[in-house]
Amino acid sequence: MILVVMALLVWILGWWINVRLSASRVCDTPLARFAAPAIFGLTVLVMWELIVRGLGVSPVILPAPSAIAARFVVSTDILWRDFVQTALKGAVTGYLIGCATAFATAIAVDRVPFLRRGLLPIGNFVAALPIVGIAPILVSWFGFGWQSKAAVVVAMVFFPILVNTVTGLGQSSAMQRDLMRTYSAGYWQTLIKLRVPAAMPFVFNGLKISTTLALIGAIVAEYFGSPIYGMGFRITTSVGQLALDMVWAEIAVAALAGSAFYGLVALFQHRVTFWHPGQRSG
Amino acid sequence: MRSVLPVFVVLAAIVALWTGACIPMNIKLALSQAERAGMAVVPQEAVRRQEMSGFGLAIRNPSIIPAVYALERPRLPSPAQVARNFRENVFDRKVTSKRSLVFHGWITLSATLNGFLLGAAIGIMLAVGVVYSRTMERSVMPWAIISQTIPIVALAPMIIVVVAALGIEGRAVPKAIISAYLCFFPILVGVTAGLRSPDQMKLDLLKTYSASPAQAFWKLRVPSSVPYLFTSLKVGIAAALVGTIVGELPTGAVQGLGARILIGDQFGTPVQIWSALFATAILAGVPIAILGLLQRVVLGRMGGGR
Repeated sequence: MILVVMALLVWILGWWINVRLSASRVCDTPLARFAAPAIFGLTVLVMWELIVRGLGVSPVILPAPSAIAARFVVSTDILWRDFVQTALKGAVTGYLIGCATAFATAIAVDRVPFLRRGLLPIGNFVAALPIVGIAPILVSWFGFGWQSKAAVVVAMVFFPILVNTVTGLGQSSAMQRDLMRTYSAGYWQTLIKLRVPAAMPFVFNGLKISTTLALIGAIVAEYFGSPIYGMGFRITTSVGQLALDMVWAEIAVAALAGSAFYGLVALFQHRVTFWHPGQRSG
Repeated sequence: MRSVLPVFVVLAAIVALWTGACIPMNIKLALSQAERAGMAVVPQEAVRRQEMSGFGLAIRNPSIIPAVYALERPRLPSPAQVARNFRENVFDRKVTSKRSLVFHGWITLSATLNGFLLGAAIGIMLAVGVVYSRTMERSVMPWAIISQTIPIVALAPMIIVVVAALGIEGRAVPKAIISAYLCFFPILVGVTAGLRSPDQMKLDLLKTYSASPAQAFWKLRVPSSVPYLFTSLKVGIAAALVGTIVGELPTGAVQGLGARILIGDQFGTPVQIWSALFATAILAGVPIAILGLLQRVVLGRMGGGR
């Protein structure tokens, strides 16, 4: 009981610090911007630990963060192998192939207005569908290895990127295109020097949405057949064994991989579209 | 309406491509079946057939090609087969039947709607909090973003175990939680942007009317957030459906369209998987269309219809 009360106190303390922080003059410094979510996250972790211990929650239902961390440290080699199989081989390969094909398709479609009008509504619709459903079909076509996972990822990321790229390619204004014409620029020059850069904010929008989809696709595809390693495989088997600390360790890996992947794309976006108002600070 | 013809042409092209792709995908199976039936196939040895490409086999055995559309368990079912199976399971069966896609569609749809309502409620409440409390914005918003980079599927099997351990029967609750998790974020982002859309001038105007904060909220912020709300609700319900299907797929569920896909995989009946996939597509389209209609009506009555 004392531990639960302590958890409440920790919550109040954490919230109080954040209230003070956001009301104070330093609140717009980068440090404070980083500190507020960090304090919030830490508060939640400490509360989780205290409540699990205080109420004696069975580790089969919800293991304490310390138990998860201990499991994480002990089984780094297993986690690393799963990470390589699912995130690097499955998700990243599929993501790169999917992005490249979607981008190439978008540029091809862009040349034919008829195709663009026909494909865009369909693409928009398909982008909203639960494409994960084709995972079992692709696993039965491409086998249990990482290739089938990459195929699922390609199918999942293709349409969001296609739709965003096609929309983005239409973003340059008539005035800008006229200017290119006065320079007597050809189609490819206009494309590379004007329209592709102008499309980049939209392209990155699609790329960012797709990072999460890629990991989801790679993990779900493993539920339908995989070698005896991989994140999806580990999660399903560990749930079966009620080894929830292992499941949570794997979730931590997935969260880290997802955030890192997203962060990397966001970093690229910052580099590539530095001119866009959304990227300027202050 | 200009785009109706192009859409039809593209759809027709997809169906034609799909029908054509059935030949190389299924020809090996069709050849083995024909061989067992005593027909002459080229080449005769099964081993050599394994090494050849689908196209090469199709060119050498033109008489077998019709058979690729009549296989019971094809690698790639033809559009006609899928349509037939779909019609059989949607229109020709009683809706209470365990094999009716309408029955399974309803299970999935009700879980989706529950999750959607839960997610929309959480998203809207968080958005109000984020708009009015700087502390909430600073400390919660980054975590909301991080929460979306965690692949929910990793959590799905565990949510089901935990909910079962808490003594709640059935799969409706875990599925709703998963779809709420996926759909709250677009709604949070959209509604936050919407509630912030009135500019300083309008807020100042309300101050000159000596409006209370509650009045400013209901009379200015809420009405101006409605267009954003509908756009984000449409994204949200699509995400909720993805969540429900994901909640059904990896977990041995027996009811729902995701379970149909799973069972079709386990029993090796691809036609069933494909027709369940089409049912999912229709299920995704209908709520989005309804929300779009509602959006037009509501915005029209609010005077902002375009």
